[in-house]
Amino acid sequence: MRNPLSEKITTIQPSGIRKFFDIASTMKDAISLGVGEPDFDTPWSIREEGITSLEKGRTYYTSNSGLMELREEICKYLNRKYQLEYDAADETIITVGGSEAIDLAFRAMLDPGDEVIIPQPSYVSYNPCAVLADAVPVVINLKEENDFRLTAEELRAAITPKTKLLVLPFPNNPTGAVLTMKELKAIAEVVIEKDIFVLSDEIYSELTYGSKHCSIAQIEGMRDRTILINGFSKAFAMTGWRLGYACGPEIILKQMLKIHQFAIMCAPTTSQYAAIEALKNCDADVEHMVNEYDMRRKFMLNRLRGMGLKCFEPFGAFYIFPNIAKFGMSSEDFAMKFLNEYKVAVVPGTAFGTSGEGFLRMSYASSMENLRIAMERLEKFIKTL
Amino acid sequence: MREKILAILETNNKIELADVAVMLGVSEAEVANEVAKMEQEHIICGYHTLINWDKTSVEKVTALIEVKVTPQRGNGFDAIAEKIYNYNEVHALYLMSGGFDFTVIIEGKTMKEVALFVANKLATQEQVLSTSTHFVLKKYKDHGTVVDVPQSDERMLVTP
Repeated sequence: MRNPLSEKITTIQPSGIRKFFDIASTMKDAISLGVGEPDFDTPWSIREEGITSLEKGRTYYTSNSGLMELREEICKYLNRKYQLEYDAADETIITVGGSEAIDLAFRAMLDPGDEVIIPQPSYVSYNPCAVLADAVPVVINLKEENDFRLTAEELRAAITPKTKLLVLPFPNNPTGAVLTMKELKAIAEVVIEKDIFVLSDEIYSELTYGSKHCSIAQIEGMRDRTILINGFSKAFAMTGWRLGYACGPEIILKQMLKIHQFAIMCAPTTSQYAAIEALKNCDADVEHMVNEYDMRRKFMLNRLRGMGLKCFEPFGAFYIFPNIAKFGMSSEDFAMKFLNEYKVAVVPGTAFGTSGEGFLRMSYASSMENLRIAMERLEKFIKTL
Repeated sequence: MREKILAILETNNKIELADVAVMLGVSEAEVANEVAKMEQEHIICGYHTLINWDKTSVEKVTALIEVKVTPQRGNGFDAIAEKIYNYNEVHALYLMSGGFDFTVIIEGKTMKEVALFVANKLATQEQVLSTSTHFVLKKYKDHGTVVDVPQSDERMLVTP
């Protein structure tokens, strides 16, 4: 029989820590700080809107771009939060999670051989999606001494004549790093000078502590160079609803819509109706969740530093990223041993790029009770090392 | 600061004050000090445990009684309220707007015990005009907590 597979797909390696994920998922009694999603249920009023839409028989496709009412609410929201102006008809697409939007943007914007700059540690899908779009991922390894922020100098050094697109994943999963407007401006200057584009993955935009999130699209000259990606998963605790969106200049969105139209058709209708409620009436729910995360964040930072671990303060998302290099074990070995012996799941930093070696991602989207127990066990564990 | 401390303690009074301090980014002494003051000022009126008695072998009934009264000149409702709330059987007492004056929540061992309390102690008060007793059949949610559903984490153990 002929080889049924494409060369391209076989060159993409499965995640190096697949083994760890597989073992972890069989441990039912473990405490998990390994989850990349909120521990809150979706607010009830959102769930009710989903149920109501089903009861009313709204069980059909929506337009390819998504419900107009939802797109209008998204544009209003982006305007209210960041003074951004997008046209709901031509510059907004509702997607199946933010992840689909990443894939669409890559496929619509990249030609074979184009380079995509991906700062790491960062979410696992940028690299393989770039390869699937025939582009060449160019990784910038973010530095602990910069609190894992991307600097304009690092960006400049990574740009070549083939560079087409910069992925800007802030607030960051797994580090919790955020970028300030000042830092974004310095990056934007390089982007404009070098005539490249930005995919700004702002899925954690609502979850910042201390300062409000800013988007690079707010900076003069950047709106038409930026695909802004966001979604409902993190802010409204709606991961399972699979709903995200992309906003950007019509010239790009029009082509993204083509791929979406043929590959996906439209995002889930029930989820779209529920999401309208999320944007209209759930500011208080989001505020409540952010306050909760913030208290847990402070607790975790204090405990980790208290037991002598080097750990920078994360100002976004719901992750904390302590340095465990001093124990002389790889992140994966550390995480595996900690899981096997102390029944606490954390994610090795290497899941998010080689620059994650020496770090662990701990999610504080978990109850205070769980966090306390997990920290007690960690303290015991590191005393044995 | 006080409101933030209260928001935490309201749902978890077992938490260590040291943890509260860390969560709010202030010193433990500061939190302990505020809590002590709020106890003195009766902003914090007690530390109780939310119990689902239905799951124990203890017999307990709760009744909500609507009471209409004649307020007294000079004392309004407060004097009659005091006469009612001093009974140990009275679990809670609220002055209401609307069609009646007080909600009295009574806990007793049996329906008969509660009914007799209403008949003998409550209805016979001079200012009480009428009472209407409603027994609680099942508690679904109390103090913001769904009582009968154990919380379980439906998430996968590890996701990127």
